Amino acid sequence: MPTFDLAATPLRALNEALHAVGPGSNDTRFEVLNPRGAHAVAVGADAPVTIAVHGSVGYYCAGMNAEASVTVHGSAGPGVAENMMSGTVVVEGDASQYAGATGRGGLLVVKGNAASRCGISMKGIDIVVHGSVGHMSAFMAQSGNLVVLGDAGEALGDSLYEARLFVRGTVKSLGADCVEKEMRPEHVAILEDLLARAGARGVSPAEFRRYGSARRLYSFDIDNVDAY
Amino acid sequence: MCGIVGLFLKDEALRPDLGRLLSEMLVTMTDRGPDSAGIAIYGAETPGRTKITVQSPAPARDFPGLAEALAAATGSAVEIARRDTHGVLTVAEDAAAAVRAALTTVAPEVRVMGVGAAVEIFKEVGKPADVVRRFGVAAMAGTHGIGHTRMATESAVTTLGAHPFSTGPDQCLVHNGSLSNHNNVRRVLRHRGARFETENDSEVAAAYLTDAMAGGRDLGAALAGALADLDGFFTFVVGTRSGFGVLRDPIACKPAVMAETDAYVAFGSEYRALAGLPGIETARVWEPEPATVYFWDHARAA
Repeated sequence: MPTFDLAATPLRALNEALHAVGPGSNDTRFEVLNPRGAHAVAVGADAPVTIAVHGSVGYYCAGMNAEASVTVHGSAGPGVAENMMSGTVVVEGDASQYAGATGRGGLLVVKGNAASRCGISMKGIDIVVHGSVGHMSAFMAQSGNLVVLGDAGEALGDSLYEARLFVRGTVKSLGADCVEKEMRPEHVAILEDLLARAGARGVSPAEFRRYGSARRLYSFDIDNVDAY
Repeated sequence: MCGIVGLFLKDEALRPDLGRLLSEMLVTMTDRGPDSAGIAIYGAETPGRTKITVQSPAPARDFPGLAEALAAATGSAVEIARRDTHGVLTVAEDAAAAVRAALTTVAPEVRVMGVGAAVEIFKEVGKPADVVRRFGVAAMAGTHGIGHTRMATESAVTTLGAHPFSTGPDQCLVHNGSLSNHNNVRRVLRHRGARFETENDSEVAAAYLTDAMAGGRDLGAALAGALADLDGFFTFVVGTRSGFGVLRDPIACKPAVMAETDAYVAFGSEYRALAGLPGIETARVWEPEPATVYFWDHARAA
């Protein structure tokens, strides 16, 4: 079980060790101590390893993650799990701006709140936020699911493409082309699975409303020219 | 980029550590802005006395004999405490305006960085570690303070272009971002009597708040007005004689994180800046909301 104390070891040593994990490796559990808000912790992991980060991290933690399970026992700065491909990233505390931005797959769980632009341009990632999300979350989201157990800030889903947004609390306002949609059985099933995988117990899919794209903006139509 | 730090002490026992804690926070933010750095410290007040922090491009020429020359010109006693390129003049409150006026003739190249009962401002071009070392910031005590490390965008890399900006007694501001309507606001404020030392957009923000507070509003109300009147991207951290405020624009893409314990309120552009503060492990840490005024005041708490 390799342990990297970032108070004593350069961050680069951690990330190089993660990138060097090959098939059949026995080093599948990594512990990271004293991150103290460092940037780019556990970025680019590309193997089914488990990484526990004990403390709060700065920008871009677990960016580009593939296959790894990363848990931050603290809060995360801007861009956590940015462009994640697969695997799981769990933030025990809060996440700053653009959590899960452009993510293509995998599951990001924020146990606290996420700030503005959570899931901006998400492209297949699933994001579950136990608390609330800030303004312009899921801006230009293209696919995947954003689940918010708390409230959503202004302009949720602005210029949304095909992602599904589920919000349990209030929505301050919807962005351009984002509308409330009915919860059909397939959505309940998706939500049930995501809530279970994100460890959200005692929460029923029936408590959520679904939002999605009205599809009026993203393919050009001369009748919509005033909206551009 | 730019890096901002701020620390407002609630626990008096921490006051001797203010300069050291702020210095450490600022140095941690070096890679957000290597052009210049500055710090404002609200230190001990002497009843009836005002502090005027001045800076000279040639301190060896300008500072020896300066206090005596100002005293001779104004008929009031003037003391000077030198710190590298800066000096803190201490004068009788009712003589402050006369001393400031006399400076323009006695030592025309000496610039005023800030004036007030409590505030002292130290700023220079250079890396934060060098700047805080030159001024001996780590040994300074006080009630609250703010600091800034600058990546210049809107105007020149000069001492006067460094933050904090102080445009009113015991008021100062540090800014991360850029204002898009600063020329218009500067013009309006000039008509109302404001004077500007630089072309810097952040000085306009400082002068806007000074103008609002001169009209009777408290810092919280002045910051609320800034949301309506200033365009652009900004995170402001501001200090007054007894207060400390934070404001982010409605888009809020400039980073900000805050921490509060029973002992202090702290601000950093990044969590890294807060990581060394005492008790940070159990502090309430949060990201300030966009378009929301955060405001603490020693006078109000008392």
